[in-house]
Amino acid sequence: MSTLRDFLARATREGRISGRELRTTAEHFGFSLRDTEEVALELGIMPERYLRNADSISMEAQLRLLQSTVAVVGCGGLGGYLVEELARLGVGTLVLFDPDVFEEHNLNRQLLSDAATIGTPKIYAATRRIAAVNPAVQVRAHRASFSKSFGRNEIRGAQAAADALDSIPARLELAAACGDLGIPLVHGSIAGWYGQVAVQYPGEKIIETIFSGAQADRGVEARAGNPAFTPAVTASLQAAEICGMLLGRESALRGKMLCIDLERMDFQSVEIG
Amino acid sequence: MGPISVKVKLFASLRTGRFEERDMELAPGTSVRALVHALGIPGQEVTLILVNRRHRDWDHVLAHGETCALFPPVGGG
Repeated sequence: MSTLRDFLARATREGRISGRELRTTAEHFGFSLRDTEEVALELGIMPERYLRNADSISMEAQLRLLQSTVAVVGCGGLGGYLVEELARLGVGTLVLFDPDVFEEHNLNRQLLSDAATIGTPKIYAATRRIAAVNPAVQVRAHRASFSKSFGRNEIRGAQAAADALDSIPARLELAAACGDLGIPLVHGSIAGWYGQVAVQYPGEKIIETIFSGAQADRGVEARAGNPAFTPAVTASLQAAEICGMLLGRESALRGKMLCIDLERMDFQSVEIG
Repeated sequence: MGPISVKVKLFASLRTGRFEERDMELAPGTSVRALVHALGIPGQEVTLILVNRRHRDWDHVLAHGETCALFPPVGGG
């Protein structure tokens, strides 16, 4: 290990190291890029890709993100943006779930879909995108729905989970699993020009309360659809919440639901008692 | 007894063709169910009812000065 440290120290200029030097170092020592980045950050060497996080995300915070695991449950509209932003942030491990392939009607909003990926499983596109954007990020991808019978073991040990699902019963399953496993859950959902974000800490039941009167698997989005900007806004708010929580901040949304109305540019956080 | 005044707040798609927030005069004894009916909102479009920030059910009888917020199921991802 001391040799790796020496190697990194030699490749470092002004406290920073390029991606190329990190890759060379990782290959030379047979380490993963993630582990090499971890050693660099521990030594106070900032990978250049994170330089513009500047004062917003300190060296210690960047290390903490790299050492974190986040589950992104659903890789469609919300999940695509979450994957993109969490990978760029440098969250070290992402656990992905989605059973579906891209279809043409996803193209209006799903970031990871394009004309060439129609028919491709969403988690394959997500895995490729993560490797292209930030190859240090490790991915555990599951081409499956999160359900009562699948997913609990796979998210165990995560520091946070993102609800990017499109079904109300699946959301309730995820919320119950996160409660049992002690994982904070950042809920997001969308319908037309509207979105909502909420946070469920272990021991709380806010997702159950929010959907307590739901009479169908899907909500008003079944009629309203979802235009391009709604998942982008909503997922970005979720990503910011997840980032803050991974860095040890208590969510400002605790006990509340943020209601997003993009038609009226109205954002209200509503207490739910 | 005269009418009571209740502040009604609607969220997301419930606002379409209605309003965001309105002070409404209601007959004493009006339940949330009756209010939702009077607003022309189909029952399945309301999934969360908050009265003075507390989670309440359809049978809650509204009192003068209360704020009733109604939310539809927003379930897409």
